[in-house]
Amino acid sequence: MKNSKIFWLLGLVLVLGMFLAACGGEEATEEEVVDEEEVVEEEPVEGEEEVVAEVPEELDEPQVLELIESAEIPTLDSSLVTDSVGFNLLNNVNEGLYRLNEENIAVPAVAAGEPEVSEDGLTYTFEIREDAVWSNGTPVTANDFVFAWQRAIDPATGSSYGPYMFSGVIDNATEIAAGELEPSELGVTAVDDSTLEVQLERPVPYFESLMAFGTFYPLNEEFVTAAGDDYATNSENLLYNGPFVLTNWDGTGLSWSLEKNPEYWDAEAVNLEEINYDVVKETSTAVNLYQSGEKDRTALSGEFAMQYASDPELVSELEPTLFYLKFNQERNGEPTPLANENIREAIAMAFNKEDLATVILANGSLPADYLVPTDFAFNAEGEDFRDINGDLLGYDPEAALEAWETGLEELGVEEITLELLGGDTELSKKMDEYLKQQLETTLPGLTLELREVPFSVRLEADEAQDYDIQFAGWGPDYQDPMTFVDLFVTDGPNNKMSYSNPEFDALVESAKNELALDPEARWAAMAEAERILLEDAAIAPVYQRGLMSLQKPYVHNIVSHPFGGDYSYKWAYIDGAE
Amino acid sequence: MLKYIAKRLIYMLITLYLIATATFFLMKILPGSPIAAASKLSPEQEAIVLAKYGLDKPLPVQYFEYITGLLQGDLGVSINQFMGVEVTTLLLDRIGPSFQIGAQAMILGTFIGILLGMIAALRQNSWIDYSSTFAAILGISIPSFVFAAGLQYWFGMKFGWFPVALWDDGFMSSVLPTIALAMSPLAVAARFIRTEMIEVLSSDYITLARAKGASRSEVAFKHAFRNALIPLVTVLGPLAVAILTGSLVIEKIFAIPGIGEQFVKAITVNDFAVIMGTTLFFSAFLIFIILVVDILYGIIDPRIRLSGGKD
Repeated sequence: MKNSKIFWLLGLVLVLGMFLAACGGEEATEEEVVDEEEVVEEEPVEGEEEVVAEVPEELDEPQVLELIESAEIPTLDSSLVTDSVGFNLLNNVNEGLYRLNEENIAVPAVAAGEPEVSEDGLTYTFEIREDAVWSNGTPVTANDFVFAWQRAIDPATGSSYGPYMFSGVIDNATEIAAGELEPSELGVTAVDDSTLEVQLERPVPYFESLMAFGTFYPLNEEFVTAAGDDYATNSENLLYNGPFVLTNWDGTGLSWSLEKNPEYWDAEAVNLEEINYDVVKETSTAVNLYQSGEKDRTALSGEFAMQYASDPELVSELEPTLFYLKFNQERNGEPTPLANENIREAIAMAFNKEDLATVILANGSLPADYLVPTDFAFNAEGEDFRDINGDLLGYDPEAALEAWETGLEELGVEEITLELLGGDTELSKKMDEYLKQQLETTLPGLTLELREVPFSVRLEADEAQDYDIQFAGWGPDYQDPMTFVDLFVTDGPNNKMSYSNPEFDALVESAKNELALDPEARWAAMAEAERILLEDAAIAPVYQRGLMSLQKPYVHNIVSHPFGGDYSYKWAYIDGAE
Repeated sequence: MLKYIAKRLIYMLITLYLIATATFFLMKILPGSPIAAASKLSPEQEAIVLAKYGLDKPLPVQYFEYITGLLQGDLGVSINQFMGVEVTTLLLDRIGPSFQIGAQAMILGTFIGILLGMIAALRQNSWIDYSSTFAAILGISIPSFVFAAGLQYWFGMKFGWFPVALWDDGFMSSVLPTIALAMSPLAVAARFIRTEMIEVLSSDYITLARAKGASRSEVAFKHAFRNALIPLVTVLGPLAVAILTGSLVIEKIFAIPGIGEQFVKAITVNDFAVIMGTTLFFSAFLIFIILVVDILYGIIDPRIRLSGGKD
C-alpha cells in the first residue's frame, strides 16, 4: 500500500508538471495585440441598420435585455482594467468627459460642452456638467478626474493602461510612469470644482476621443480611499456615474446585472431597465441558450457562423482590427532572407486573401490590402481614411513569382526555408496551413515551417524577435489612423522586426508634431506613410476581422464602438417581443 | 488509531510542503508574463508592476515569502484574473458548485454502477450482464462532454425538462451536469464490482457458504459484495478527487462557476497565486482521500490493520 501511495503522489506531481508546462501561458486577454480567435468570445453586435433607429413612443414591458459575456470581470477599477469585458462594462456604468455616440463620434458627456483649447493645442479647459453626479448622490467634480488620472499614472498603482495611454499625451506622464516625478506633477489641474485644465505634452488631434476611454474616467477620491483594497472588488464597492449601475457582482462570479442609474444626468435617454449577464464560454451552449429564448444575443464562431450564415437573425459587423504577416528582417543579429524587399513582396502577394476570409474564416471578415482598417477613421468631412490610398499590396501570384525569382537571384540561393510563427488555436492552425500551402505552391523553392504557440509565448518571441514571419493582429487604442501607422517606426516598441525607413519615420513624426494642428496635411502624411510601408512590403496585410452574431429581432439600438468599450446600451431598447 | 492518524497527518504536511515546492518552481518556468497587458508596457513600467507583486525578487526570496505566507494561511491574491481578490475567497466561491455536482455524480454513479455490476455478476452471461457491460463500456469510452452536449440538447432544449445551462435554478441546474459527470464513476464501479464479484462467487468459501445453506442474497451481499468493495474503493478514491474538485469540460459546457475551469484558466494566464492555491487545495484533498480510503479498508475488511498490527 505504501508503494501505491508513493506512486499516487509522484503521479500527481508529474501530472501537474506536465499540465503546467503544456498549458503554459495561452492566450492572454489583450485589447490591442489580438489573437486570431479572440473574436469568438466577444459579445455579439447589432445590425448596422439598427444603430440610429428611432425609439417608438410606447415600448415593451419589461425593458430587460439578456446578454452573454465571454469571461468573468477581472476588475472594474478604471485604473486597472485591461480586458475587453472590463472596458465594455465601464463604458456602460461610468462616463468620462466624452462618450462615443451612436455614430461613434466623441461628444461631450461629463464635460458640459466642447473644451476651450489654447492656440498651440496644448491646453484644454473643460467645464464639468452641473448635473453629473455619482450614484451615491455626490457631484462629479474636476478633482475626481485629477485624482483618477494621478492614480492611474502612479507607478505604485500598478496600472498597465495608465502609463500606456497617458505617456506622450499628458504633460509629465512619461516621467511619472518612470518614477522620475511625483504623480502630483501630472499635467492636470482642478481649477475649481467644475473646471478641469489639462496640459498636453504635444498637440493630440484625437484627444477628445481619448477622453471616452475608460482609463480617463473620474474616480471619487473619498469613496475610493474609504474602500481601500476592497475598492472595485464587487458591485457594492463601486460608484457609478454612467447610464447603468452594476448589481449582483460578487467579484468572482459568472453572472451580474446592470440596472438603470436614476442619478445619471441623461437618464431620460436610457430605455433599458435591466441587463442580465451570464458568462458562457462554450459557443454551443451560448447558441442553445439563445435558441431556447433565455438570451437575446450570442456571438457565433467557426462552424456556427457557417451554420447560421443565412439565418434571418444573423447580424454581422466589421471590426477595426487588422491581421497581417510581420516580416522579421533580423534574427539573432543576422539578416534574414526577409531583409530582401523582393522576397517580402513576393510572399505578401502570393496568397489568396479572398479565399482565406470567405472560406476559412467565414465570419464576415474582409480580405485586407491595407494597414488602416476600412470604416474606422474619418476626416471632418466624414470621408473614410481608407479612400485615400485604396488597396495596396494585393494578391497577384504572377507578380509574386517574378519578385520571388528576382529575390532569390539577389540572395544567390535557389531555396529558402522560413519559419511562420502563429497561434495554437484551431483557427490559427487552419490559417497557417492555408498560408503554407498557398505560399509553397506559388513560390517554388520556399519551405514554410510552422511554429504554433500559445499567445503569451508568441508575445515573448515577438519581444525577442525570435521568428521569421509572424501572424500578428492589432486593434486600435484610439480612433485615429496613427494607432496603426505608429506601430512600425524605427525601433518602435511594436516594430520588433527591424523595419526602418527614414522617410516613413519622418512622415509619422511630422503627423505627430508639426502637422498636429493641420488636419488635412496630417491626414495626407499618415496616408503617405501607409503607402510607403506597404510599398516596402514591411508587412503583408491579410484580413480585417468580422464578427457574426445572432440577435433577437426585438432588440434595437445597441451601438458598437471601434475602441474602448465594445458596446453602448445607453440607447438600446426592446420593442416587438411577443 | 489516533496515533496512526496523527502520524499520517504529519506525513500529509510534509507531502504538501514538497508539492508546494515542486509546483512553485514548475510554475516559474512557465513561458509568458503574469501581467495581462505586458505587451503594452515599456520594460521599466513592466518592472514597476512586477515589483508591486514581488515578482521582481530573486526566486529563493519569492519562494521563502510564499512558504512563509502559506504557513500563515495566506495564499496570496489573483494577479490578472480577479485583480486583488484573495485566492482563498476565490476557492471558497468556486468550490461549492464543483463539490455539489461532484458529490451528486459520485453518489449517483457509484450507486447505479454497483447495482449494475452486481446484477451483471449474479446473472453472468445473461442479457442483463451484456447490457450492463455495454453500459459500462459506453461510460468509459464516450467522453463526458458528448454526454453533456446530448443531455443539454435533448433534456434542456428539446424537452425543456431541465435548464439548458447556467447556475441560477437551484438543484435543477445541477441535474444534467450531475448525470453527465456520473457516467465515469458508474462505468468504473460497474466494471470493478462485476469482475470482483464473479471472482469471489467462484471461490471456495462461497461454495462452502452455499453448502451451509446461506441464501442467495446473503451470499451476494454479506460475502461477495463486501470483498468486491476493496478494489472498488481503491479506484474510486482518486476518481472522487478528480470529480469533486471540478470538471473543466462539464463546468464549461453548463456554464457553472466551478473550480476546475478556473484552474485551467489560471494556468493559461500565469495567475501564479491561483495556480498555487488551487494545486495545494487539490493535493490536500487527494491526500485526505488517501487517508479516508485507508481507513475504509479497515472498516470493510477488519483483517486489514491500519498500523501494521502494532495497535
